[in-house]
This record gives sequence, structure tokens and C-alpha cells, in this order.
Amino acid sequence: MSAGGGGLGTPRALPSSGPRALRDMPHPLAASSSEEAASELTPSPDLLLPRSFADKDLSLPNGTPVDTSSPASSSSLLNRLQLDDDLDGETRDLFVTVDDPKKHICTMETYITYRVTTKTTRAEFDLPEYSVRRRYQDFDWLRNKLEESQPTHLIPPLPEKFVMKGVVDRFSEEFVETRRKALDKFLKRIADHPVLSFNEHFNVFLTAKDLNVYKKQGMALLSKMGESVKYVTGAYKLRSRPLEFAAIGDYLDTFVLKLGTIDRIAQRIIKEELEYLLELREYGPVYSTWGGLEMELAEPLEGVSACIGNCCTALEELSDDMTEDFLPVLREYILYSESMKNVLKKRDQVQAEYEAKLEAVALKKEDRPKLCLLFRRGMALPEVSNSSIILTVTSLEEAGRCEPPKIEVYLLEETKMSRLVGTVFLFWCPEYCTLEWSWLILRTFRWALQKCPVFG
Amino acid sequence: MERPEAEPLGASHSCQTGEAEPGTGPAEEEPGGAAAGTMMEDCLSKKIEITVSEAEKRTGRNAMNMQETYTAYLIETRAVESQTEGQCSPPDSLWRRYSEFELLRNYLLVNYPHIVVPPLPEKRAEFVWHKLSADNMDPDFVERRRIGLENFLIRVASHPIICQDKIFYSFLTQEGGWKEMVNETGFQLKADSRLKALNATFRVKNPDKRFTELKHYSDELQSVISHLLRVRARVADRLYGVYKVHGNYGRVFSEWSAIEKEMGDGLQSAGHHMDVYAGSIDDILEEEEHYADQLKEYLFYAEALRAVCRKHELMQYDLEIAAQDLASKKQQCEELATGTLRTFSLKGMTSKLFGQETPEQREGKIKVLEEQIHEGEEQLKSKNVESREFVKSAWTDIERFKEQKNHDLKEALISYAVMQISMCKKGIQVWTNAKECFSKM
Repeated sequence: MSAGGGGLGTPRALPSSGPRALRDMPHPLAASSSEEAASELTPSPDLLLPRSFADKDLSLPNGTPVDTSSPASSSSLLNRLQLDDDLDGETRDLFVTVDDPKKHICTMETYITYRVTTKTTRAEFDLPEYSVRRRYQDFDWLRNKLEESQPTHLIPPLPEKFVMKGVVDRFSEEFVETRRKALDKFLKRIADHPVLSFNEHFNVFLTAKDLNVYKKQGMALLSKMGESVKYVTGAYKLRSRPLEFAAIGDYLDTFVLKLGTIDRIAQRIIKEELEYLLELREYGPVYSTWGGLEMELAEPLEGVSACIGNCCTALEELSDDMTEDFLPVLREYILYSESMKNVLKKRDQVQAEYEAKLEAVALKKEDRPKLCLLFRRGMALPEVSNSSIILTVTSLEEAGRCEPPKIEVYLLEETKMSRLVGTVFLFWCPEYCTLEWSWLILRTFRWALQKCPVFG
Repeated sequence: MERPEAEPLGASHSCQTGEAEPGTGPAEEEPGGAAAGTMMEDCLSKKIEITVSEAEKRTGRNAMNMQETYTAYLIETRAVESQTEGQCSPPDSLWRRYSEFELLRNYLLVNYPHIVVPPLPEKRAEFVWHKLSADNMDPDFVERRRIGLENFLIRVASHPIICQDKIFYSFLTQEGGWKEMVNETGFQLKADSRLKALNATFRVKNPDKRFTELKHYSDELQSVISHLLRVRARVADRLYGVYKVHGNYGRVFSEWSAIEKEMGDGLQSAGHHMDVYAGSIDDILEEEEHYADQLKEYLFYAEALRAVCRKHELMQYDLEIAAQDLASKKQQCEELATGTLRTFSLKGMTSKLFGQETPEQREGKIKVLEEQIHEGEEQLKSKNVESREFVKSAWTDIERFKEQKNHDLKEALISYAVMQISMCKKGIQVWTNAKECFSKM
């Protein structure tokens, strides 16, 4: 079957998809970020408990709502942390479920597959319904693909990939069920995501009968691993990290630590409760035995025994609920935080690469052709603002000290990044240092630059 | 006054069947309730108020002239009437130590074997869970013992029979020379030897069935209450662990709140509630110790019940031996008189071998035997009466005890339930508060 299954072809630019034009994005190295960016980058994302956990009469604060008009803004990175996947039901047109785990035994290995069912009215999908079988590997592939194609988005976490074979039974009902629930949540989050849900890899994942064929068309595993390794490992030498990212980094470190501690405490409580339960189970029947000896006291003693029995049942339920509802949420957020730290690392890497490139460019300016030109400091260049050439000058006074005065020519690109394309050195020539002369020479120079396709 | 309910231990008016052996007449069931009711009016506890109000550490020299530390308890007594008249006369008080209480109790046990004598609080701390100290000098232990001793004195004073004992009265009122007074009564000599009692238990043939049942009951009661107390201690231990671990939440929430902006306050107050929760367990378990002490009292009461049963068995055995003795003497007499040998006897053999005795000798022997028989019959009669008296009064007291037990244990269970309810309510309160904090975040 061809890659992507029915009607995908070239990915179209969809109305609500795709990263926003970078011109609209505040430069991370900009000294003053816009107020909007600053407020959205506050280091305290709203953590919400999933609906199922809360009481019906308690209304959980919804925090910052998902901005559907400009969803791809990278400054709304943190909004992706919201667990509130109960969007208004009417706007949802894509429903995904994971269920029906089955064990497959092959010669090489044994593994579990899950049925992924999709119901949708979207045009991007050929059929209204799909049902495919996927294994954990496939989910992992999907996640990596999403990370690659939407590097600025925070992709929801997957349940733990590796389990120690000796310690945990990978095929036990409990383990499989916990995993299934987590995978279900994962897909639902993506399906509800206004940007990620339109990702072509996601589409393929939901629809392709044989995912392996499609997978092979992607990057080779090794190089992909190499890249992800590159992203994950290594600290980058940065001149300085912008304050907000540093703050987020610090926050995340502490946050993950605290969540980890809470997780451990919760587990310890469950353990203690179970031991308490054990003793209670012995305690109750003793009252019954005593009741058997007595006449008048028989009823009250039996009553006590029954009460203790009820307590045992209730305690058991409590421990189960804690394990099923509370712990997974903590673990999820720990995984989320790890994802986010990766994103920050990538950002650091991008910044480092950028800085490296700047340095490289700075070194290259030695090779540019030299022109003689006379100039004077502090001249306004009104025409330049209309064109795409910026000229900066060093003052003649400054120039005298160590190096000759120079004009640096920057080309302002569409990306609003300015590129150094040439440096012009000046000779001091007293008889020509008049404003009029300078203007004329500059204009000539500019005309020459424009005509010459030296920078492209 | 009819017995209000039929209890298995008292229901059977067992008549001793089998041989028409003298000495085991039908046990009469007399309504002791009415008598006990009127006697309550005369109880010491109605006349004076007894409290053990203080405990003090003392050092002194013991019997082997070695230095030792012990605790002394202050007993205060105050006449009840003086209070109703509006006067508040100062109480009489004196100090006693635990060993003196023990002496008093032993005296009562020996002199009133048909009474279920109230037990003392435990000598050493048992059934402790790990936070509870097993040290006799521990202030909590001393405090609980003080309450137990007070309880003991009040129980004795409320008992219609033993409250009238002079030694008991002087225990409460006479500081000096009481020990000598007790020893002078020579009660230690009256005490039955353990060995004798054990022997009787094994060999007795026809004890009153009610006492046998009672003995079984007290054995089982003892075993079930010990088991209960042991498990309860373990349960308390575990519960303590659960509560205390929640205290860790308090710390983590507090640390976490430091890095949060909007959630900071909520987390901080929730953390505070967790600390409150973890701290509440100490009081809860202290209260539960009172419940355990109430159970312990009845654990020790079981021992007192057994003592009464043992006494009965001893008396019964005595009676049986005496009857047996009498029977054999009568038989001997008969044999001598008729000259026939019914059973094989050494006498018969020797007489066969060495010749028979002269008629004078025989007459002499018969006379001696007849005297002995007469004596024996008298003795047997009195023993019989004694035994019957014992059974009657013992059973009266046992019935009284049963009522007391049912009443007390019901109260204990009720207050235990109330304790549990209050504990759960507190827990609910804490968690409701925490939930509010969380929902406000």
C-alpha cells in the first residue's frame, strides 16, 4: 500500500496548522521581549487534575484557555501542559480510542498490540471510520515523528518504554491495562490538539493498515537516533541564556524533584496502608471468636467484627483508587517535565548554533573587498531605511586608535535577521571630508552594491 | 428475683448424678441478686470517696538493703456525707506502693476464696506497640497504673462483702504498721499450696459442672483477650505508620509551594493540614490505650475466676477423699465384724499366714474403727456443709461478676466505637480542608 493510505499526497497548508511565520515570533535573543511573550512564559504552568478525578460539584479552574486563533505560537508552549482535554464537545470532529490489547507470539518475539479506533468527519480522512492494530513501538515512532516535525510543540508523553523484565511482568493484566490507558490518553491528547491532530504522521498512524511500510520511507533509524541523541545529551556553551528560559529550567528541575518525592511518599503510604490492612484482617475475626464465647455480649462483639470488616473493604478500595488515579497523574507530569526539559535543551542548541554562526561570519569579514570611501560619523541615511541595506559606521575618532574606520554592510533578510555581507574600510582624506562628497560617494556605493549580485 | 437471662454457665442446675456419694448434693440456686441489691447500700463506696490522686518516684532500701527506685501512690479518702452537707473537709491521705497493693490482694484472695477478687493493673507493661514504652518508670505507664489502682480500690469498696473487711479499711486509713497487721493475720499459712491445688484439679471426680464450664470459659476468655490485645497493638503500630508518613506530604508541599506562583498558597495550607493529620495520631492512640486497659482488666479477671474454680475443685476433692476414707474404714469394720474378707487385703493375707487374731484384739480394733468412723462422719457432714456453702456463695458472686462484666464491656465497646467515630470525623475534616485548599489553587 502506498505511503499514507488514501488521498494524502503532498501535505497542504491547512488553515489552522503549521508553525507561525517566524517574523511574528519574538527573537529569543532579543533583549526586551514583548510583554505578551513575558506573560506567557511565566514559570508556573497551570496543572490541572483530569476531570475524572474531581468531584462533580467542584469546578476546576480552567487556566489559560487554548488559543485556537493562533495556536501555533511558540509562546504558547506552556499551554500544551494543560490536561483539560474536555474541549467543547461540539467542536470535536476526531475521536480516537485505544482498547482490546492482544498478545502476539512470533518466532522472534512476543508482544502486545492494541486496537486503535478512529471516528471522524474531517476532510483529511478518506473514510469516516478506521480500525487498526498498533504496538508500543508504533506509538513511539509516532511520538518521535511529531517531535521532529513540530519541534516547538510539547508532545504529550508516552508511558515508560523500558521495563525491567525480571521485576515487572510485561504481560500481566495490570501492566497491560495501565499501559493501554496511558496510550489512550496520549492519542486523545493529540487528537484534541488543534495543530498536532493535523499532522500527517498522525493521520498515517491512525489509518495505515501496515505502518512499517510507511516507516521505512522516513529517516533511517540510526540518523534519527543520532539527532535525538544530539538533542538530549550535552550541555551547550552559551554566552548567556535568556532569563525566562533559565527560570523555566530551574523551575522544572525543582518541580520534577518535588513530584518525584510526592510519588515516593504516595507509594509508601499505600504500602503502609496495606500492612495496616493485613493486621486489621486478623483483628476483626478475634471479636467474632470472643462473641462465640459470650451470651449477652455476643451481638455487640459480632457487630464490632463486622464493622472492622467494612473498614477493611473501604481501605482496600482507597488503596486501589490511589494506585489507579493518583499515581499515574504524577508520573505523567514527571514525563511531561522531562519532555519540556528536552525542548529547552533543543532551544539551547539552536541558540548555540546561532552564536557559532555569528562568530564564523564575524571571522569571515576579513575576506571582503575593500573600498576607499570617505565618511563622517553620525550621518543619517534616510534612503537606507527604504532599502534592504543597512550601513553602520564607526566614528573617525574611534577609528584612529587601533583599526581603520569601517562601514559594515548588513543585508536585512526576510527573516528579519541581518546578515553581514561586507565591510568597507575608510581612508582619512581631509580634503574630501565634506558632507556633500560623502553623500555622493555613498549613493554611488549603494548603487554599486545593488547592481552587484555579490550577496545572495 | 429471677435471673434476667439464661446464661450457659449458670443455666444448668446440675444435680450430681451417679453414685449416691455423700458430699455432692444438688447445688442450690438462690437468687443472690436481691441480697446483693440490699447489700450494695452498705458498700463502703457509698460512704467514702476513694481516689489515687498522685504518683511519686521514691528511692529507698529494699529487703536486701539495696538501693532501689519505686513509685509511691497517694491514696485519698473522704467521707461522702461531709460533701453533701456542703462542707469540704480535707481528705485523709497516705502513700502506698504497688507491692502493698499486691499484699492486700493476696490477703483477700486467701480469706475470701469464694469471691472473684478484682485484679490489679499489670505489674509490667505488656502488649506494647513500638512507640509505647515498656519501661515501668515511664510517666505514661505510671499514669495508667495510677488509674488502674484507683479502679481496683473502688471495685473492692463496691463489693458488698469484701468492702467490710477490716484489713482493707486500714489499708485505706492506717499508714504505719499496716504490713505487720496483715502478716499477723497469718493468712499466708492459710493459703493453699499450688501443688495441692494442681493435684486436686487432676484427680477430682465430681466437681460441680458449672464450675468446670466456668473454668473453660475463663481459659478461653483469657486466650481470646490476649490475642485481641496483641493484634490491637500491631494495628496501632501500623496505623501510626500510615499517619506519620502523611507528614512527609507537609514538608514536600511546603517546599513545592516555594517555586509556584498561583498554586503556592494552596499548597502551603494543604501542607499544613497534612502536618495536623500526622500529629493527630498521638492523641488518638493514647485514648485507645484506655480501651486496652479496660480489656486488660477483664483479662486478669479471668485469672480470678479460675482461682475460685480451683478452690471449689480443692474442696470437692477434699470431700471426695474424706468420703472415700470413711467408706474404706466402714468396710474394714464390717469385715472385722463379720470375719469375711470381701476384698483382698494385706490383713487378710497376714492373718491367713500368721493365724487369726484373738477376739479381744478384734473387738479392740472394731472399737477404734467405730470411733474413727464416727469422727469421719462428723467431719464429712461439716465438709459437706462447707462445700455447699462455698458453692452457693461463690455462685452468687459469679453471677454478680457476670453482670458487672457484661455491663462494663458493653460500655468499653461503646466508648471504643465513639473513639473510632471521632477519629474518622477528624480525618474527614482534615481531608475536607485539604481538598478546599486544592480546589482554590
